[in-house]
Amino acid sequence: MNCKSVIREISDYIDGDLDLSVRQELERHLEHCAECKMVVDQTRLTVDIFCDSRPIELPEDVKSRLHDALHRKLQEKSN
Amino acid sequence: MLCATFIDGKARMQPPVGLLRPLNAPNPHRLPSTVARDDEHLLVAAAKRGDTGAFEELVHRYEAKIFRLTMNITRNREDAEDAMQDAFLKSYAHLKDFQEDSRFYTWLVRIAANEALMRLRKRRPNQFSLDEPVEGDEDLMPRELEDWGPSPEQRFAQTEMHEILSEVIDKLEPDFRVIFVLRDVEELSTEETAKVLGISVPAVKSRLLRARLKLREKLNRYFRQGVAN
Repeated sequence: MNCKSVIREISDYIDGDLDLSVRQELERHLEHCAECKMVVDQTRLTVDIFCDSRPIELPEDVKSRLHDALHRKLQEKSN
Repeated sequence: MLCATFIDGKARMQPPVGLLRPLNAPNPHRLPSTVARDDEHLLVAAAKRGDTGAFEELVHRYEAKIFRLTMNITRNREDAEDAMQDAFLKSYAHLKDFQEDSRFYTWLVRIAANEALMRLRKRRPNQFSLDEPVEGDEDLMPRELEDWGPSPEQRFAQTEMHEILSEVIDKLEPDFRVIFVLRDVEELSTEETAKVLGISVPAVKSRLLRARLKLREKLNRYFRQGVAN
C-alpha cells in the first residue's frame, strides 16, 4: 500500500470500517511511514475534538422565543 | 460581547463567537452517544398521549444541541433559530407519525437538518450542491504536515478552543460541512446521513473523507508546535 492509498482509506480506517486484510496492510505501512502516521493520528484527533464538543447553553433570547412559539402551538392544539 | 439587532421586527442577538465547546480530555473515539437518556421513550409515549409537559421536557433536553446543529449547517443565526423552531414545532405536529424505530433524538435531528438545509439552499443557491461529483484523488494529499505534539487542544483555554473550532468549521465548504456535522458532531451513521441528505452512502463517505482532511489541515495552523496560544 502506498501513501496515496493510505490517505484514501483514512476515514474508513479510523471508523473501523476496513476489511481486516486492508487494515493490516495499512498498519504495516504506518509502521515505517512517519508522515502517514502523523496524518492518521491528526485526522483521528480532529474527529475526536469535534465529536467531543458540547453545545454551549442556548442564549436566553433564543430560548425564550422558542418556548413562546411552542406554547402558542400547544395552546392551539388544546383549544 | 453580544449585540442586539432587529431582524423581521424581532430582537435577535449576534451569534456568539462559536458554538462548540470542547471537553478538555477527549473520550475514546465514537463511544455510543449518551444524548438519548433511558427515559426518552417514556417521555415520547407520554407526549403522544397529549402530555405537553413531557414534550416540553424533550425540547428542554435537546434545544441546545439542535441549535448547534442548525447553526453549524446554516452558519447564520437567523436561519439557525428559525430552523430550530420549525423543527420542534413540526416534530410536535407529527409526533403521532414517529414510529419509534429510531431514537426520538435521531428523528429530531433529521427534521432539523432538513429545515437547516432548506434555508442554506435558499440563501446560497449556487454554492451548495450535493449533486456535484467530488473531485479526483489529487487534492487528497496533505499540503501541510507538522508535528502537533501531545494533546495540542489542551494548550488552549476552553473559550479559545471554542473560537478555533467555530472558525475552522465556518471555513469548510457547505457540502462538506453538512456531512461532517451530521456524521461526526451529531454522530448519525453513514446510512442515516445518506438518508437525511438524499445521497448515496459512497457519496457521504467520499465527502466525509475530504471534510476530515480539510479540517485537519485547517487545525494544523493552530495546533502545530511552536504556535503560541
